[in-house]
Formats: sequence, C-alpha cells, structure tokens
Amino acid sequence: MVCSWGGYTFIINLIPMHVLLCIVTGRYSSRLYIAYAPLVILGTLLAALVPVVGFNAVLTSEHFASFLVFIILHVVAFVYYIKGLLTPRLFKMAMTLVITVGLAVCFAVVAILVALVASSPTKGWSGRSLSLLDPTYASKYIPIIASVSEHQPPTWPSYFMDINVLAFLVPAGIISCFLPLSDASSFMVLYLVTAVYFSGVMVRLMLVLAPAACILSGIALSSAFDVLTRSMKFQLSKLFDDGPAIGNGSPNGPSASMVNTSSSKNEKTEKSEAAPKEKPSKKNRKKDREVTESASVKPKKEKRLSVLPLEASIVGTLLLIALGGFYVVHCVWAAAEAYSAPSIVLTSRSREGLHVFDDFREAYAWLSHNTDVDDKVASWWDYGYQTTAMANRTVIVDNNTWNNTHIATVGTAMSSPEKAAWEIFDSLDVKYVLVVFGGLVGYPSDDINKFLWMVRIGGGEFPHIKEPDYLRDGQYRVDAQATPTMLNCLMYKLCYYRFVETDGKGFDRVRGYEIGKKHFKLTHFEEVFTTHHWMVRIYKLKPQKNRIRGKLKKSKSSSKTSSTLAAGRKKNPWQ
Amino acid sequence: MATPLRLAALLLLVLVAAFASAARADLVISRADRKVDLTSHIVRVLTSLKVENAGSEPVSKVLLAFPNIQAKNLAAIRAFGTEGKVKGLSSILPIEVVEPSGVPPELTFFSASLHKPLTKGKILHLDVLTVFTHFLQPFPEEITQADSQLVVFQDSSHYLSPYPVKVQTLSIRLPGGRVESYTKYGNTKLVDSELKYGPYEDVPPFSYNPIIVHFENNNPFAVAKELIREVEISHWGNVQITEHYNIVHGGARLKGEFSRLDYQSRPYARGVSSFRHLIARLPARAHSIYYRDEIGNISTSHLWSDSKKTQLEIEPRFPLFGGWQTTFTIGYGLPLQDFVFSADGKRFLNITFGSPMEEILIEKLIVKVVLPEGSKDIDVSAPFPTNQWQEVKYSHLDIAGRPVLVLEKPDVIPEHNLHFQVYYKFNNISLLIEPMMLITGFFLLFVACIAYMHTDMSISKNSPSYLAKLQWDEVQATVQQIQGIFGQCLAVHDKLETSLHDLSRTGDAKSCKAARKAADAQLKELAKELKPLWLSVQSSPQSYQIWPKLEDLVAKEKELQEKLMARHATVVDSVEKKQRGQDIENRIASQQQKIAALRQEVESLLEYLSEI
Repeated sequence: MVCSWGGYTFIINLIPMHVLLCIVTGRYSSRLYIAYAPLVILGTLLAALVPVVGFNAVLTSEHFASFLVFIILHVVAFVYYIKGLLTPRLFKMAMTLVITVGLAVCFAVVAILVALVASSPTKGWSGRSLSLLDPTYASKYIPIIASVSEHQPPTWPSYFMDINVLAFLVPAGIISCFLPLSDASSFMVLYLVTAVYFSGVMVRLMLVLAPAACILSGIALSSAFDVLTRSMKFQLSKLFDDGPAIGNGSPNGPSASMVNTSSSKNEKTEKSEAAPKEKPSKKNRKKDREVTESASVKPKKEKRLSVLPLEASIVGTLLLIALGGFYVVHCVWAAAEAYSAPSIVLTSRSREGLHVFDDFREAYAWLSHNTDVDDKVASWWDYGYQTTAMANRTVIVDNNTWNNTHIATVGTAMSSPEKAAWEIFDSLDVKYVLVVFGGLVGYPSDDINKFLWMVRIGGGEFPHIKEPDYLRDGQYRVDAQATPTMLNCLMYKLCYYRFVETDGKGFDRVRGYEIGKKHFKLTHFEEVFTTHHWMVRIYKLKPQKNRIRGKLKKSKSSSKTSSTLAAGRKKNPWQ
Repeated sequence: MATPLRLAALLLLVLVAAFASAARADLVISRADRKVDLTSHIVRVLTSLKVENAGSEPVSKVLLAFPNIQAKNLAAIRAFGTEGKVKGLSSILPIEVVEPSGVPPELTFFSASLHKPLTKGKILHLDVLTVFTHFLQPFPEEITQADSQLVVFQDSSHYLSPYPVKVQTLSIRLPGGRVESYTKYGNTKLVDSELKYGPYEDVPPFSYNPIIVHFENNNPFAVAKELIREVEISHWGNVQITEHYNIVHGGARLKGEFSRLDYQSRPYARGVSSFRHLIARLPARAHSIYYRDEIGNISTSHLWSDSKKTQLEIEPRFPLFGGWQTTFTIGYGLPLQDFVFSADGKRFLNITFGSPMEEILIEKLIVKVVLPEGSKDIDVSAPFPTNQWQEVKYSHLDIAGRPVLVLEKPDVIPEHNLHFQVYYKFNNISLLIEPMMLITGFFLLFVACIAYMHTDMSISKNSPSYLAKLQWDEVQATVQQIQGIFGQCLAVHDKLETSLHDLSRTGDAKSCKAARKAADAQLKELAKELKPLWLSVQSSPQSYQIWPKLEDLVAKEKELQEKLMARHATVVDSVEKKQRGQDIENRIASQQQKIAALRQEVESLLEYLSEI
C-alpha cells in the first residue's frame, strides 16, 4: 500500500480512529489488540523501507495518530488485565494509580510531540495532507497541487456520475449498519464518513469513496432483499398452507376460526411482542430462517410485524433488481465513455462518423524516430511521462512533482520572452520544446489554458515572473486586450506561430476570440513539426549564432591590417 | 559529385581502349536498344540485344559488362533469350558473375549461358532486364519543404559491351515534370518526358560515353532499412504473417522548418517531395489485418478487398519528408490451404518472398518461417541466393520449440517478389500434443486436489493436538446427531400443538388423545436414542465447552415436554368436560407462558450448538 500510493496515510489514520472508537464505546477485546498492535509496528517498519517515506514514517504528523492510539490501546489492555487479576476494591486503587501515572506519561509524551511539531512551520504535516485538511490551503501556498485538475473539489454532477444510485443507497446502508452496531459496521460508518469528506475536497479522492459507497450500498441492498424475500416466503407458505386446508374440507382457515383459537391466539400476541425485539439481530434472523425452513405453522407468526404484502414485496424486489440492472448499465457506460477513452487519443462524432484525433501519438512517434536519442525535450510537466514512454526521449520535467523547482524553471521559461526562454532552455541542454495547442480544433485542455499555472508556479520560485503582468482585469487573456508581457511570452508565441494564416483572422476556438498579436516571427526557435490538427507543436532551439568565428576573422584581419599592438590589445580567447 | 564519376568514366575509357584487343571478337551485337525507366526510385533498364555470331566457333556464353559503380547497385539481373527470328519463345537464361582474363578491373562481367550454343551466323535475341537501386542521387542533397526533389542519373549513351555494336539507341523515360539539364550529343531529343539518344552506328567494344540527366522526381523514395517478415504456420488452419518495417524517405533530406500550415494549405507545392501513404497488395483471402507501431494502433489506414486481392493503404503517423523515418508493423492471417500443400509425404509452404508494398526498396530483408513444433527435414528452395540459417522459437506451451528457418537478403526490390518453397515433414498427431498437455495438466491438478482432500497430512498420529482434533470431530458429529434428535423432539411438540388445533376445530378428543399417546411414545424412543450419544459426549474430554449447554438443553427440553404434556392433558380434559373456551384459556394461560419461554430457550440453545 505504501509502495503504491501516498494515500496510505488515509488508512493509517482511519484504522486508529476505528480502534479509538471501539475503545471509547467499550468494545475493547483481545482481538482488537491482536489486530492492531502488530499492524502498527510491522506497518511502520515496512513503510520506513519505502524510499520516499523513510523516516517520515515516524517523524511526520500523519503517522502520530497511530502511535498515540497504540499507547492508549496498551493502557487499556493493561487496565483490563489488572481488572482480571485483582478484586474490585484493589482494582479501584490500582486504577487511580495507573491513571495518574498514565496521564503523567501521556502528558509528557504529548508535550514533547507538540514541542517537536510546533518547531516545524507546517506543524509537521506535509503540504498534501494540509491541503486535504484545509481545502483552501493548496490554492494559497502550493500552486503545483492546486494546478492539477483532479485536485479540484468535485461538483455535484460528478458525484452522481460516479456513484449514481449508490448516493441514495448509502444512507440506507448507514442505517442498517447501526442495526445493530458491531465492530465491523462501525468501521464501515467511519470509513464512509471520512471518505465522503475527502472526496469533497479533491475529485480524485472519489477513488477512496468508491469502495466505501459500494460496501454500504451492498449492505443496504442485502438487508432490503432480506426483508422482501422473507416476507415473500412467509406469504407464499401461507398460501400453500391454506390451499391444502381448504382442500381437506375444513370450513375455516386458522385466522377465520372463531372457536377455540385460544392457544394460538395467545401465542400470537406473545410472539408478536417478542418479534420487534428479535427482528434486527442477525442471530435471530438466522434462526428465523431455520425455523421457517422447518415449515411449521407457529414460527411464521413471529414475523408478523416485519411482513409486507406479497404483491408489494414482489414489486419491491423487481424494482430493486431493475435498479441494480440500470446501475450496471450506467457503470458500463461510464467505464466506456468516461474512463476507458484514453485521453491521449481523442475522438469526436460527426455526421460522417467517428473522427479520431491522434495528434499526441503522431508527435511522440515523430520525436522518437526523427530526433537524436540524446536530445532533451522540454514541455509542461503534464506530458512528461507520456514523452518518456512514447517518444523515448529525456524530458526536463515529468509528472513526478516531489520537487517543483525544475517545474518552476520550465514554467518561467514558458512565461519569459523568447530570448530569455532560449537562454533558460539552452542552459538545460534542451533541443526541442513541445507545446500543446488546441486553438485550431477546440481542444480545451491545452497549454494556454494551463498557462496560469506556469506563471504561478514559476513565479513562486522566481520572483521576477509576476502574475499581474499577465492579467488584464484579473483574467488571463490572449486577445487584443492582453498585456504585452502575455503577448511576448514564449508560450504565446509557440502556440500561435503562423496561426493567423490558417483563417486570416487568428480565431481561437477554445477561447472563442481572435488572438491579440497576429503576425510575428520567431528568432530563437524554429518549427520542426506540427501535428495534423495542430494539437502538438514541436520547436527546435536554433543554434547559437556563430559569433566566435566572426571574431576570429575580425581579429585576424585586424592583425593583418593594423599593427601587432592592436592584436595584443584584442585578446583572442582561442589562442 | 558528378565530376569524379565522369573522371572515372574517362579513365575507364582509356583503359578500355587498351584492352579492346583482348575482347572476344567472335560475337557482334547487330542492334542494341536500351530503355531506361526513371519514373520511380528503382531504376529499371531493359536492354534488347540482337547478338550475331560472326566467328566460326559456336559460342555458349554471352558476356554482359557493367561498370563497378553500377554493378554495386545492381539488385537484379535477368536475361531472356530467343534464338532465330521467332519472338515469344523466350526462355530465362542462367546468369553468373565471371571474371574473364584480360579485362579492366573497373568492370564487372556477367555471363548469360545459352541453352544451346550459338553457331556461326545465327542470331540470338537477348533481353536483359537490370534493376538498380540507389542509382538516382538526389542533387541538391538537402531541400526545403517547398522545393521539389531533383535527382541525377548517370550512364553512358553507348551500350557498354565487350562486343562491337553496330546500331544502338537509348531511350530514357522520365517521370515528367521539370528536367534541369541533360547531356547533349549529336542526336539527342527530348520529347515530352522521354529522352532519346542515338541511333549510333558501329561503336567499338567497351566504348563509354557518359551522360548525365538532372531532373525532378517526386515519387516516393520509400526505403525500408530493415524488414522482418515472420511467416508462422499453424496447422490448425492459419498462416500468420507479421511484417516489421523500418521505413525511411531515401530522397533529398529536408532542411529547415517543417510548417504544417504550408503543408496543409498547398500540399502539392509545399511538401511535394514527401509521401504520406503506402499501398500494400495482400493476397485475396487475407484476414485479421492490423497496422500498429510500438505505441499502439494507427488508425489511418484503408482496406479494400475483392476476390483477386486485398489492398491495404496505410498512412504512417506523419508524412515522411526526406530523411525522416518511422517504424510500424502490419500483420494478417491467410488461410492455410492456399499456401501450404503436400507432395510425396512432405509438406511445403509456397509463398512470396518480398514485401507486399508497392515500389519499396528493402535494404535488408529477413524472412523467418516459423514451422510448427515437431517439423523435421526442413529444406528450402528459393529463386535467388539468400543467407540461410535456423533458429528456434518458443511460443506458448512449446517444449522443444518451433524450428525457424531464416532467410536474409540485402537490396530486395519488387522484382524479387517471387514464390519460394519451404519443405518440411510434419505429423498431424503432433497437433494434439498441446491440447493433450493441457488436458493432462488439469487432470493431474484435479487428481492431486482429490488426493489431497482424502489424505491425512498430519505428521504425527499420536500428538496431543491431533488426538484432540479427532476427538473434537467426534464430539461435533455427536452433537450434530443430538441436534437432530432435538429437532425431532420439537417436531413432535409441533404435532401435539396441531392436534390441539384440530381439537379446537373439530372437538374430537379421542383422536387428540391418540396423538398424545403417539407423541409420548415417540418422545420416549427419542430419549432412548439420545442416551448413548449423551454418554459418549459426556465421556469425551473435548466436550467441556459445550457440556453445560447440553445439560441445560436436555433439562429444558424435558421440562418443556412435561409442560406440553400437562397442558395437552388439561385441554383435552376440559374439552371432554365441555367447558367453555374461555375457561380453558384461563386454566392454561400460565402454562402457556412457561412453555413459550422454554421453547425459546431450547431454540436458542440449539442455535448456539449449531454455531459450534
């Protein structure tokens, strides 16, 4: 888990929370101890083996909850152990002793922790965790986290799109978890509540919510089916029972008989009193089933209160099955449309049929076959892994965001004027610059729309990039009202180079307006490849002007013509 | 670049003059017509010769001379000979490289052996088809996107031959378009896109008169640096062909920018030297065709098929300009019966050698024929020399591996698209080896599972834990039996209940009594059955956990029995005494409650037991 995803901190905090809940609600048992204590120790040791975690497993605040609960658990276990050993009077005495000592130790530990934690600026929490706990944190301090679209808070439609009917079944599931509340079901409730909160902070944590929602709706459906089928069974068996009774020529059914129903009546009332108490418990339900299976007349009456009419239960069952069926259909659709369609190959449906936009792979294939193996490619970090994998070229920044200085460097280069950008890229030994441009076909997630993050992240590290320089009335614009800084930055130039010649006006279909600066030339970059729909444009850094040779000639000629004094004065660096 | 060649040619001429006397003078070429086709990047020269034996001795070999510089690019040479005046009865003549003595080393000689020697005065019509690759040199070598591609062709206006040539002509077909320059001699004509030299008369042997044609050729210079063709035979009915291409545009290199804007707005003016698609002609019944590269499927391809052929038009991911390259893979399946036949106990594969692409030059072609596992006596017959060796390929469920016959040939052109045969022996029973292996494997797995379930794997038969487990199993079995008995008891109780019901409906006290008697007897019997089980549980040391519960159960059940019986008796009594229903209810009310409570307890105990 730790190896795969940083989201393990969710689990490592959720489990202690559950343990704490169990202790507080008096559900402590040796099983809990056996389950939890080894988990903390082994889990921490194993987590510390993962390179990126290392000593963070014992140093950061994300992990403290588990240790704290670990201590509490031991105290509680000790108390229970003492309780078993001593007489009640002695126990009380010991209790006070232990509590005072325990409290003192706890306070000491907590004080040390607080002191340690308070000494670090983020209170020991990593930025990622903080942005979860405080949803506004990332947008204030860590633009790189806020820049990722999957780190935005989700919208309501996305909830319905993703979990659909589960959204309605989950509350029902919670209710059935409380009837009765067991260790397991309390964990489920806790899991769900935290997952809902986190999914509300970031879209991508919908991933955490999904299993919780699935399990709880499963519980809800199962108990609903349980009630419905049980009542169906009861009603059916009554029907069958009645059938032969009438066939035997007995004048009345049991319910209609007025004579001497004493015993059964008594039973009925009694059982029906007992029924509501028994009904919810799982044990009794199981028993009920067994008893109904034994097909006697009496036990059925126990269920009287929880019995629904036959028609209603059949309709209810069918409706639930239909609901499940539609959900499957929805899931298949969502999986096919929203999740399976690779974002690298885009399709659009038109009257002539499916149109495929395979520009990304076109560009990557070009890079991989027609550039030198050692050439480095600079692009915004979103395309880093893709370029590495598909084009087999070294990139300057990729989707690993542990260190964001280099991302800021590329962001700075993209938002600098051409010459400054060329210098930055040249210092990074970059040969090619790749930009994604959707203005021709209307592909909205292109680099111009991501540009604000380049400015923000770049500005975070290099203060000479100032966001207000790029903003007109608080907005990023590339039309006639755009600021000169914006219209002169590299990103603008690389995206819109010769764009105006396509339609004569330079109408950007994503932004929906004509671009601000239409005719310009590139001096330090040259276009080497643009894909079929212009979605990916690749530029090559022009080689540095050969000034040295010019100097050499000049110095030679000067030395020829003028005296040796002049030659001595102008020192040739290559001599 | 053209100048050194010309120098070489001149040098050659001098040398040739020196050796002219050494040439065989017995043969005379009375007429030589050469047709050079320069429309694609593969140069084809068809030379029609009329050879006359002017000497006295019969001649069985005709020598064909090429400058080394051409011979190096020669991809294929074929000669067809017809003796006498009759046309159409031509036969292919075998050709081999010879090194006759006393000839200049700058020339390479091929000799066409005649089927029967040419006697004095006889005339032979000899058609020689020669195909050259890399013969057209792009000049300039680097062009921009807007330029069209210019190439240089160099040859001699005189037919280079060790024999004197009486009359000869040369015609060069150009692809149309601009002709930058051409060498002009006396009778040189350029009509439309055909350049004509000659006729020249009475040219001595080894005469070489260099010409240079510089012209525009924008036909795709598709060169496959390497093509690996894998032909895999499956006797289940499929021949699978997979072709891995590494294609490069072999023409003038692109320099400067590539502008998509120019390419899209004026594709014929800007980007005329590039090519964007290739056409493959696949066999008629090709199926499951795919086209992909290492990063996935390429969606730009079209397929047409009719009963004669399947035509696949593939577009690489990007248009190829000079020097650009790309790789891709195409694959298709073919029906087995169209390509694999059997003759005299052997099977043979009969399939074309080269690539199905049109006008493509393959610098290195590797054909791998993967035969099914268990093939023996592999033998190949190819229409031209190839490098051959054998490999082994392991695929799914292979034990010995599949024998792979590898053929390698450099510079393959469409003319090499001939059939070749691979003979091998294969027994059909070998087909069943893999399915049988799977069946046996699964069978053994299941047998192992069954055996495992039925064997006792405990190490020591005397260890306390093992004994305890045995005892516990025993106890569980007994407890189950006891449960069954109690279930029966409860059923008997239910019967009593129903008899009471019947009583309340019918008032038949006698039958009710009888029912009670029967129930009593049954219960006694059950109690008897219970006894030995009971004792066995009691004696077992493992039962300490459930023993109190069992005891409880038995006691409770006994009580319940008594209570039921008592109530039954009361009810029957009161019915016999014709008491009112209300009274009866009052009398048994207290009993009723106890019975219900007991029953519940018994049931919960049973529940507890069943959970163990």
